[in-house]
Amino acid sequence: MKKIMSVALCLAMVLSIALLSAGCGSSQPTISVYNWGEYIDMDVLKQFEEETGIRVKYDTFGSNEEMYTKIKSGGGKYDVLIPSDYMIERLIQNDMLHELNYDNIPNAKYIMEKFRDSAFDPGNKHSIPYMWGTVGILYNKTMVNGEIDSWSALFDEQYAKKILMYDSARDSLMVGLRQNGYDINSRDEQELAEATQTLIDQKPLVLAYVMDEVKDKMIQGEAALALVYSGYVIDAIEENSDLAYCLPKEGSNVWMDSMVIPATSENPELAEKFIDFMCRPDIALKNIEYVAYSTPNQGTYDLFDDSMKNNPVAYPSDEELARCTFFHDLGDYNEKYDEAWLKVKTSN
Amino acid sequence: MKRAVKNIYMGLLLVFLYAPILVMIVLSFNSGKSRGNITGFSFRWYIELFQNEQILQALYNTIVIAVLAALLATAIGTLASVGIYALKRKPQALVLNITYLPIVNPEIVTGISLMILYLFMQLELGFFTMLLSHIAFNIPYVIFSVLPRLRQMDSNLYEAALDLGASPLYALRKVILPEIMPGVVTGALMAFTMSIDDFIISYFTSSGVQNLSIYVYSSAKRGIEPTVYALSTLMFVTVLTLLLILNRRSARERSAAKV
Amino acid sequence: MKFKTRFFAYPYLIWMVIFTLAPIALIVYYAFTDKSGAFTLANLTSALDPAYMGVLWRSVGLAFLCTVICLVLAYPAAYILSRRKNGGVLSVLFMLPMWMNFLLRTYSWMTLLENTGLINTLLQAMGLSTVTFLYNANAVLLGMVYNYLPFMILPILTALQKIDHSYIEAAQDLGASPARVFLKVILPMSVPGIISGVTMVFMPAVTTFVISRLLGGSHFMLFGDLIEQQFLTSGNWNLGSMMSLFMMAIMLVSMAIMNRFGGDTEGRGLI
Repeated sequence: MKKIMSVALCLAMVLSIALLSAGCGSSQPTISVYNWGEYIDMDVLKQFEEETGIRVKYDTFGSNEEMYTKIKSGGGKYDVLIPSDYMIERLIQNDMLHELNYDNIPNAKYIMEKFRDSAFDPGNKHSIPYMWGTVGILYNKTMVNGEIDSWSALFDEQYAKKILMYDSARDSLMVGLRQNGYDINSRDEQELAEATQTLIDQKPLVLAYVMDEVKDKMIQGEAALALVYSGYVIDAIEENSDLAYCLPKEGSNVWMDSMVIPATSENPELAEKFIDFMCRPDIALKNIEYVAYSTPNQGTYDLFDDSMKNNPVAYPSDEELARCTFFHDLGDYNEKYDEAWLKVKTSN
Repeated sequence: MKRAVKNIYMGLLLVFLYAPILVMIVLSFNSGKSRGNITGFSFRWYIELFQNEQILQALYNTIVIAVLAALLATAIGTLASVGIYALKRKPQALVLNITYLPIVNPEIVTGISLMILYLFMQLELGFFTMLLSHIAFNIPYVIFSVLPRLRQMDSNLYEAALDLGASPLYALRKVILPEIMPGVVTGALMAFTMSIDDFIISYFTSSGVQNLSIYVYSSAKRGIEPTVYALSTLMFVTVLTLLLILNRRSARERSAAKV
Repeated sequence: MKFKTRFFAYPYLIWMVIFTLAPIALIVYYAFTDKSGAFTLANLTSALDPAYMGVLWRSVGLAFLCTVICLVLAYPAAYILSRRKNGGVLSVLFMLPMWMNFLLRTYSWMTLLENTGLINTLLQAMGLSTVTFLYNANAVLLGMVYNYLPFMILPILTALQKIDHSYIEAAQDLGASPARVFLKVILPMSVPGIISGVTMVFMPAVTTFVISRLLGGSHFMLFGDLIEQQFLTSGNWNLGSMMSLFMMAIMLVSMAIMNRFGGDTEGRGLI
């Protein structure tokens, strides 16, 4: 017993020492990047290390809130984060971001004009767009009648138990608000209550409130309609050609994941170098080919072939895009949305 | 007849437990990427697996942490059980009630509260803090596996050994440990199992170190790649083979003992 | 000073104070403060919201059912294993599925149970109509039983293996029927294992999450989901902590109940 214990203890010590020294021993400059899972071509990181000699420590998160929890509590020291629009707004409001020095990011010139002055970060002082997309309805042409062009399809009784909704307060309430003709960033109690009631009434029609598994389910033909991020769509249609995407005519949500540098970063210049690298058209192309969302990078867009350039899912017309709005950080009002969503989920 | 019923029952239970594993194995050989479409046989994901450094590193971290955490938790937990068993009634009840807390606490609560604790202690989040957390949530499982065995043990044996002049450590090794060994093994097994599959606590108490669960959860956003099914299949086959060899060996030892 | 056996517990006691009590003190602190850190009972009143309480009772009910099913399934299995010489190795066979990633296993259940899933495809091939397995309480229960069954089998097996066979033989020699031997000798002697098993299944089952989302389609929100949401989505650690305290309270109550039912068979301590 004693022997086993001492052996185990020694092992643990040796291991932790080995790991500590591995962490501190190398004098190579290092940056830490915190990104969504499966949201980058890992070869790009290798290429960056080879070209610049800067080592990259790479961590992933599954949701904006998860990331925020970790950053806010000081649990992770990172140099580059890639969160979404409303979360960036929250980070800015809490003075948690470093102001970018554009002199170190010459490749920022490739970012499309229309994404250079975002509503969530006026003048893009803190953030450089990475990827974007919309929220809409993915549907199975063989399982619906007529064309789908409106949110109303998600409330149509003929599709009872064939509808998949997204298990997220903001995304689902967005649909409820739009269905009633309200702003998706509404702070009006009455409007929010109506949207909530709309979703409660919809509940018997909903097969399930899903998350990432929605893509597989639609490919299998498990449901007729689903609320999805446009990023899932291209992959899904590739696997099942019966599927189609609609950006509802009432307007929807457009989202943007952007690169930012937290104020706690000890190497902002290296972080800027990394961001600059990520904006290089050939690099951004590698990432977009791996991830299959939409690129905000004009240089990369120009490298596409025509079928991709004209892909209506990834690159909706400016007119369609004009009907879409970014989410804003609701501050304290977030609680109201969470409460409303809980009301929907716990209703019977 | 009775034997047949028994075998059928065990067989059904095993089918229940292994049905999802079978699905994973099938999907690992599927040439397509989606869970929904079985498109044909291929080794594609196995080849990709060995080119995916991220997964291999995650596998390494998972195993090292699970083994170390299970060993250390078993050592601390077994010693603790013997000690707790010797405590008087009231303090024993108190200690045991507190020991239950990590089991009952939702993982997310344990994860975040440990994270705050480490930050407070100025420990840098990483491999070491992940290991500490795993030991912490493993210990109760060890204690609650070992204690029933202690309860069933004839306590006179231990006292007799002490009366005959054995030191407590010697008596522990020679008298108690052999008696409670199955409980210790069960505890270690449970600890290893809890550790190998933990996500939330690992996620919050580490940074820059990925285990398999963290890898799988964060890659779920774009759909889980069958490479992880391939990895699971390989892990499964390896362990199963080891198990069968072990079984054969113990069977042979038994028949040798009979002669 | 003479070395006492109870000194063996001391390293763990120190560990316990740091890694169990200190984090719980943090939870208590969060539960009774607001975002600015001032004392408040507001979290308590929010947590008592009838909607949340409904979710709590549903979770406790499901966890209870899950525990009963696990016990009924596990006891015969553990008993059969305990009579086999290679029971130890075989018991690992029951643990092995748990070494595969939890999310992957649950996804696999979806693949099996979906309307277009494997089981329904088989049913259709046999000319039967499809059955909706997913998105109801039964599916959630199935997922829970699947995940916690091994944690019931192992402790019971450990307890059964320890039973001295001479007791059983003595009872048989004295003319007891097999049923009587089981009820009067084997079952009582395996009680510590049962109690261990019930604890290791019921407690985590109450706080389980993800299962209800994936197999229940979020129609059946459980308390674990609720707490997770407070911490991760809403970012309301204070309310989340209060809800966790509720869980601990439930644990204390169920422990007290369990003590009445035979935790004291040997006149010593709890569990």
